[in-house]
Amino acid sequence: MPQMTMVKAIHDALALALEDDERVLVFGEDVGKNGGVFRVTEGLQERFGKERVFDTPLAESAIGGLALGLAYTGFRPVAEIQFFGFIFEMFDELANQIARTHYRYRARYGAPIVIRSPFGGGVKAPELHADSFEGLLAQTPGLFVAIPSNPYDAKGLLLSAIDNDNPVVFLEHMKLYRSVKQEVPEGRYEVPLGEAKVVREGEDVTIITYGAMVKLALKAAEEAAEKLDRSVEVIDLRTIVPLDMERISRSVKKTGRAIVLQEAPRQAGIAAEVMARLMEEAIYELESPVLRVAPPHTPYAFNMIEDDWLPSKEQVIKAIEEVWV
Amino acid sequence: MDHRKASLRDEEVIQIYRTMYLARKLDERQWMLNRTGKIPFVISCQGHEAAQVGAAWALQAGSDAVLPYYRDLGVVLTLGVSPRDIMLAAFAKAEDPSSGGRQMPNHFSDPTLNIFTQSSPTGSQIPHAVGFAWAFKVRGEQKVAFVSFGDGTSNQGDFHEGLNFAGVHRLPVLAFVENNTYAISVPYHKQVASKTIAERAQSYGMEGVLVDGSDPFLVYEAVKNARERALEGLGGTLIEARVSRLVPHSSDDDDRTYRDQKELEEEKARDALGKMRTYILDKSLIDDAALEQLEKDVMDIVNDATAYAERAPYADPSTVKRYVYAEAE
Ligand SMILES: Cc1ncc(C[n+]2csc(CCOP(=O)(O)OP(=O)(O)O)c2C)c(N)n1
Repeated sequence: MPQMTMVKAIHDALALALEDDERVLVFGEDVGKNGGVFRVTEGLQERFGKERVFDTPLAESAIGGLALGLAYTGFRPVAEIQFFGFIFEMFDELANQIARTHYRYRARYGAPIVIRSPFGGGVKAPELHADSFEGLLAQTPGLFVAIPSNPYDAKGLLLSAIDNDNPVVFLEHMKLYRSVKQEVPEGRYEVPLGEAKVVREGEDVTIITYGAMVKLALKAAEEAAEKLDRSVEVIDLRTIVPLDMERISRSVKKTGRAIVLQEAPRQAGIAAEVMARLMEEAIYELESPVLRVAPPHTPYAFNMIEDDWLPSKEQVIKAIEEVWV
Repeated sequence: MDHRKASLRDEEVIQIYRTMYLARKLDERQWMLNRTGKIPFVISCQGHEAAQVGAAWALQAGSDAVLPYYRDLGVVLTLGVSPRDIMLAAFAKAEDPSSGGRQMPNHFSDPTLNIFTQSSPTGSQIPHAVGFAWAFKVRGEQKVAFVSFGDGTSNQGDFHEGLNFAGVHRLPVLAFVENNTYAISVPYHKQVASKTIAERAQSYGMEGVLVDGSDPFLVYEAVKNARERALEGLGGTLIEARVSRLVPHSSDDDDRTYRDQKELEEEKARDALGKMRTYILDKSLIDDAALEQLEKDVMDIVNDATAYAERAPYADPSTVKRYVYAEAE
């Protein structure tokens, strides 16, 4: 099995989807000849032609609207927003139009659209090139949101997303793009949307997280095993919508303690949602309050101090200690 | 303009008048129902009917993609949406084919007629039309995407983003602006910096056409020509039809604070519907008795649609969670 980076895995998924399904189109700013600013779509235009892989003008709202118009006619658009910070320019088309199409038409039309976008911090990118806005999407009925933490999941989730009849926002963490290589099958396989994965088994406490924070959680879990003699289970959500509460509850029922770890600012967001759901669904299983590790409620930190702003291994270790108090 | 110059047959002209009249009467009925507390909201076509029916007359119903805006009752009736369907939406009843009462009335859609809904943010439908047009172009389909909106909406980002895209790729988009010189209360000169909206087409590499929207034949001709150009691969057209808004912006608006009432009375006196009625009588396309019968038949249809929709059941509240996701069924 070949070793792949996340960039390569995503590229592979797009190429397979374009190859297998005539209805799939790939477009966005600079995705054609340039192959995208992160080179995810490199070579796709050459291979599949300018009508299926094309550059759009610098106009995100038009990208969203175009995707919906195309979806109405039977295409399955995979559009790219160059940086997730520019999702606001598309937000009306995404949240008010695309996400509600199926509801408005009572299923006679849907919007089988994938919006891909690079996001995430830790690579010294400026604000709006590094922020985690996924909480906004999670509060938008009608959207699914996938956030892979590794190349294998990225390819499988993207293929599932393209096959899914719902609009899916697919967020690609920039720090993970080329920092990890992993064995990834060459052909088609799918990772289902809505299935979290236990990436480390443990008995004492569950850390629930996603995206680039999965790696941090695993490091902290390792250290906790060595230094604190705590056995930590780590769950990678993989999609924040649908949220696999069944898997989370099952784990927390076993460990009795939970920590939620996110890269997005603390207030509201996915960590808050998971905590609330645990209160509703697993409170009698909990031995102590659920803790949350997240950056403060501020705009994304300017890049020279981002490492202090982002969650650290020390903070996670501290939470593992505190969750016993 | 004489209808024969636009190659319209006499019978077609009678049908154009009838559709304009039907639109007006359905609209007036909705105001009455609103003022008696039976329906929540009205937003009117009154004063725009000639332009709407003329424009839609040039389209291929069920084939061209049509993305109308909230005033376009005349457009959708021309294409074949039924008066009952209009009233079902006005009453927000379960049977409303556009959304089962889920959306605002006048967010028209009908999959069988290739009519696609706008939604509240003005202009958001413009890039959707561009998507249709791209699909038609790459599939080599002989179809256009017709999208309409008001003068104020031509200031929205989606207007610029959508039309620029269409222009870059010479897509078959017909952008139809119904310029009634008001966006709610703000008049044209406080809204649009250019003299006409049509001239904005220049920056999108498109044709821009200005047309008198009180003459359905002129509008028909303009849209027909634009459609032909688009099908020949010559790109889209921005068509500005000058119309009047004869009533307040919506049933929630009171125009007395911002609208010169004398000017409004003058506009009403020049009502395109009355002009058209005079035209068909003057040209002896119909006699008085037949015209009266036609108008009486229309009123019967309006009454039937009202009664039908009023009796129809509301959506079952237990269905509110349905259709959020494809899997939810
Ligand atoms: C994005 C957005 N902003 C504001 C509104 C509120 N609004 C509804 S209609 C309207 C005026 C539209 O004027 P115009 O485009 O000229 O069309 P007209 O109603 O005059 O036909 C406004 C401001 C809205 N629906 N959407």
